Amino acid sequence: MTRVEFLWWEGCPSHERALADLHAAMAREGLDPESVQTREIDTDRAAHAETFVGSPTIRIDGRDVQPPVDDAHVALTCRVYRLRDGRYSPTPDPDDVRDALRAARGAQSTQ
Amino acid sequence: MTLSIGDHAPHLSLPDTGGTTHDLGEHGTPTVVIFTCNHCPYALAWHDRLMAVGRDYGDRARFFAVNPNDAQRYPGDSLEKMRERVAGEDWTMPYLRDESQDVARAYGAETTPDVFVVDPHGTVRYRGAPDADHSDPALDAAWLREALDAVLDGREPARAETRPVGCSVKWKAA
Repeated sequence: MTRVEFLWWEGCPSHERALADLHAAMAREGLDPESVQTREIDTDRAAHAETFVGSPTIRIDGRDVQPPVDDAHVALTCRVYRLRDGRYSPTPDPDDVRDALRAARGAQSTQ
Repeated sequence: MTLSIGDHAPHLSLPDTGGTTHDLGEHGTPTVVIFTCNHCPYALAWHDRLMAVGRDYGDRARFFAVNPNDAQRYPGDSLEKMRERVAGEDWTMPYLRDESQDVARAYGAETTPDVFVVDPHGTVRYRGAPDADHSDPALDAAWLREALDAVLDGREPARAETRPVGCSVKWKAA
């Protein structure tokens, strides 16, 4: 079963839209949107424990949908994503989320 | 403290990335004060639109971008990182460092970005977001442009206040 984690921080307003986008992507890929494991990150300690580089962070089978650069700063902050057309965004490109879901399911089917 | 529409803008000075001090309270021409930063995706998403407004209205209004964030907790907002951006990008306005956060506090800035338009008499005439959607470049900072057009015409903006949208200002620990 594909494990989808959604980590968010209340101080960034993008989490509601990102979670809605994630639910829609999962439904399109035949996954149960209700199975998302959501976790609020609300302290610096929790951010470090989760290596949380910003809200929202989406991990599929433990892999970030847009893996952060090595020197990304762990903090309670909004996360900066790059869309496929190069624009900055507070939410990941829906195509990146879709591809990550498909990659995870593909990996499972070959095991 | 939060400035309201119709309040007098505070008289404050801040240094830019080159060390030159700018007086935000020097009136006589319309002034746009944009609280922004380096690390926020909303500020980055709106950045090009805001620079375009600075380019289009720069001969009729003064523009200041102000970074008030706590750089100790958010090192991406340090003065050094601000300088790197100004050196590597096409900025149409000075990028000021509000190290004490006094200016952000005086304006009641809530987010990055948070935009204020001040008329030639020093009165706040617009406060809020640049336009309705950070993700749509075609909106072209329309709310800010509308407010500037009104102030330049000596009118009150039809839309004087909108909800600022972005990352919270990163205040220093008390």
